[in-house]
Amino acid sequence: MTGHDQTPGWDVHALSGAYAVDALDDAERARFEDHLAHCAECRDEVDGMRESAAVLGAVGPVEPPAALRDRVLEEITQIRPLPPLSTPAPGGSPVELGAARRRLRPHRSGRTGHLLLVAAVLVLVAAAGGLLLRPWADDNPDKPNLTAAERVLAADDATSVDKRFPDGSTATIVVSRTEGRAVIRTTDMAPAPDGKVYELWLQTPAGEMERAGLMPDLRDATVLLDGDASRATGVGITVEPDGGSDQPTSEPIAFFTLDS
Amino acid sequence: MDPVPGDPAGAPHPGAPAGGHGPDLGALLRQSARGDSAAFASLYDATAARVHGLVLRVVRDPAQAEEVTQEVFLEVWRQASRYDAERGSALAWLMTIAHRKAVDRVRSAEAASRRDVTWEQRNQGVEHDTTAEAAHASLEAHRVRAALGQLTDVQREAIELAYFGGYTHTEVAALLDLPVGTAKTRIRDGLIRLRDTIGVGQ
Repeated sequence: MTGHDQTPGWDVHALSGAYAVDALDDAERARFEDHLAHCAECRDEVDGMRESAAVLGAVGPVEPPAALRDRVLEEITQIRPLPPLSTPAPGGSPVELGAARRRLRPHRSGRTGHLLLVAAVLVLVAAAGGLLLRPWADDNPDKPNLTAAERVLAADDATSVDKRFPDGSTATIVVSRTEGRAVIRTTDMAPAPDGKVYELWLQTPAGEMERAGLMPDLRDATVLLDGDASRATGVGITVEPDGGSDQPTSEPIAFFTLDS
Repeated sequence: MDPVPGDPAGAPHPGAPAGGHGPDLGALLRQSARGDSAAFASLYDATAARVHGLVLRVVRDPAQAEEVTQEVFLEVWRQASRYDAERGSALAWLMTIAHRKAVDRVRSAEAASRRDVTWEQRNQGVEHDTTAEAAHASLEAHRVRAALGQLTDVQREAIELAYFGGYTHTEVAALLDLPVGTAKTRIRDGLIRLRDTIGVGQ
């Protein structure tokens, strides 16, 4: 893991320790929790590190005032304990997030777990403020708590294509044919040059490029592509003048071929 | 590495008091989840000093630390059903909640006093121990000191600043004059070594 130090931020596994001791900022935490959803190795690693952190933290016990005990025991009479997690819970505090993540076990229904985690991560990103860039409307009434992007990320048929760029940044396209949508997720992406913007394109089976939206000016972003991705053969990113173009005016800086 | 066999009936959990003495925190949590306030009181008595010790160390201000400790236990009561023994010990679950809440508090408040006191100064608070937890804690403390001794200076400092100082790895890098991106690796390497040395789960 240390071998990636020359490209800080690239190796998401390396964040496990900082995550275990709450030493990530909100954006990093969201990104890492996203990663945890599909990395059993990191989940185990985090669990183990939290055990040792707890031992460390337990070393200097200080008895709280007796009045605190009374207050706590009185207040709990007003609080209903939550039921066990069996369905994705919308929203939630950061602590609930941690608890939600704990439910994610390899032998459990992985799909439910992913769904939950993805939803939780996106809620957290939203909570982090200003990071949620699209309204992600048009909810499917069958799954009223999920945005379109969440449904793509959680879809049974979701497939992804990753690219890592020489500067250490990464971009991942996740597409669900049944949802008919695609999502792009970037980490450490350098901002577009002044006066320019990254524009997204969906390639049709006929080979045409259709506008799929603009990337936000953020290094780490998760964005739902506009347009129908049910039969798209690829996703391209080009650099366009601010505001975007109707047709690509330059060669893609990245092109992701989607499996049919 | 899922160290817990997950016996719901009450086997001691890894990370529970060494030697398995003391109440079964996992069982108390499960009872609390069903609304058993007496079980929750026992859970509080068994863990409050450790939770409060950690919170106080991170938050520093005693009045704020009390508020946070109270929040932690109310959260534990509310979330008890979400504890999953297959993922780790009840104590680690509790301390994870406590740490997160304490860090949230210092980050949001960013209390000016927090940066004035060094970790070493605060590290002398152990004389407050008055409970049975303390006897156990001194054994633990010995074990932990030995384990910390196995770390490199940078690993130890990075973990202390992150865990007890509540700093992000980026801030830790700046505090320790490390290149950006290095502190997280030191934290991770150090925690892995701690885990292996402390032998959690044994």
